[in-house]
Amino acid sequence: MSTETERKGWMGLLARAPAEDLHRLWSDTGLTPDHAYLRAPEVGGVMVRGRAGATGAAFNLGEMTVTRCALQLGDGRVGHGYVQGRDKRHATQAALIDALMQGAEAERVRTMILNPLTEAETARHTARATRAAATKVDFFTLVRGED
Amino acid sequence: MYVAVKGGERAIDNAHAWLAEERRGDTGVANLSVAQIREQLSLAVNRVMAEGSLYDPDLAALAIKQARGDLIEAIFLIRAYRTTLPRFGASHPVNTAAMRCDRRISATFKDAPGGQVLGPTFDYTHRLLDFKLAAEGETPQAPTATPAPGPTPHIMGYLDREGLIQQEPGSDETPPDLTREPMQLPADRALRLQALTRGDEGFILSLAYSTQRGYARNHAFVGELRIGAVAVEMDIPELGFAIELGEITLTECETVNQFTGSKTEPPQFTRGYGLVFGQTERKAIAMALVDRALRWRELGEEDQGAPAQDEEFVLMHADNIQATGFLEHIKLPHYVDFQSELELVRKLRREAEGAAHREAAE
Repeated sequence: MSTETERKGWMGLLARAPAEDLHRLWSDTGLTPDHAYLRAPEVGGVMVRGRAGATGAAFNLGEMTVTRCALQLGDGRVGHGYVQGRDKRHATQAALIDALMQGAEAERVRTMILNPLTEAETARHTARATRAAATKVDFFTLVRGED
Repeated sequence: MYVAVKGGERAIDNAHAWLAEERRGDTGVANLSVAQIREQLSLAVNRVMAEGSLYDPDLAALAIKQARGDLIEAIFLIRAYRTTLPRFGASHPVNTAAMRCDRRISATFKDAPGGQVLGPTFDYTHRLLDFKLAAEGETPQAPTATPAPGPTPHIMGYLDREGLIQQEPGSDETPPDLTREPMQLPADRALRLQALTRGDEGFILSLAYSTQRGYARNHAFVGELRIGAVAVEMDIPELGFAIELGEITLTECETVNQFTGSKTEPPQFTRGYGLVFGQTERKAIAMALVDRALRWRELGEEDQGAPAQDEEFVLMHADNIQATGFLEHIKLPHYVDFQSELELVRKLRREAEGAAHREAAE
């Protein structure tokens, strides 16, 4: 897997994660890296687009709230956080993790934060998918009319 | 003549204080939390997000609480908040083919690959009040089954392969944005879809219903209706690649409509399209019907003069915040305007009476 693909993976995971879950896992690591903001946490909107007829021309569907932040660790590593919602702490923690993932702490962060977040997300998805599957219709033929 | 008057500050402050008290209601009843609204009145939250045009369930729930459950007032609050947000950019168009579907049904193909998945629907309930909900009680857990692996394919794709349905050629041209530039008519389909998806559910529903009753020939089948979660992805300039910003729930409706063909097109099916934030099925179906009715010109159909075909009528009246703003402003003080009207009517009456006297005298 390329580093860019990997980075996209963890940044997406951090963006989708519930802010409380991330905060709890982050606190458990005991990590408090020195950092300076390159861009202080900022709440904004992103225009979400769809396609006419699912595959056609793009159109503007509506906005969603997003919080972003960029920071630099003492050793120069830069981290970016773009997360859904309006939680500035969430964006900061995402940026810190993004920065730490580019260095020696990567394995510890992966084990203590990313893996549990992935597991929790998979469990949330499975909970809905299995309930949906139980509502799938099984058709059966009653009695075929005689011609 | 404009006459400035002052006054009413104390009355206004006191009115708002009383509003706050009325919002809280009987203090002997537990206060309603925003989280409770978000979790337990989720379809109201979805409507506020769709028509407020901002996907944020916590904010929508707060707006509903502040508005005492008046959803148009809540949408107004969300629209006002939305204007304060800096715009970070625009997402890639969402890929609804990759949706993790909670619900996916087709009224046209019984044996659609992926099956008919009902999801948490009101359909087939008896619409009898459930008095058990008035009592405290645990909700039994919903049954589960093994899901089919992989994404659920779009049903329209199967008609597409046979060439029986009008194509939707993809394009990544930047669509017009009615939140940035005033709406220009005639509108292209992208602008119409934006106006419809944030339009008032009641208005869109009634227009859609009018097309079913014969105001614009528009016999629609629901080719597919799906509700579920999709990822939202955006290019991040400082990174040089796109990342997922989160995940949103959408309702998508694709209709299949008859089309007898035109000079350039063979007989085939045509499409209407609805895509709305949240679980908002009635709105998505209605949007698809109105979208199809508005396409009469590009499909070479005749204008029947039906309201749902009239782009100006539909697009300029679909927004409930514009509508309520203009409607409700007439209750605010118009003393000076009215004073001049009063003068005018008195003058006209004096003239009419004078004329009557002169006629009687002649």
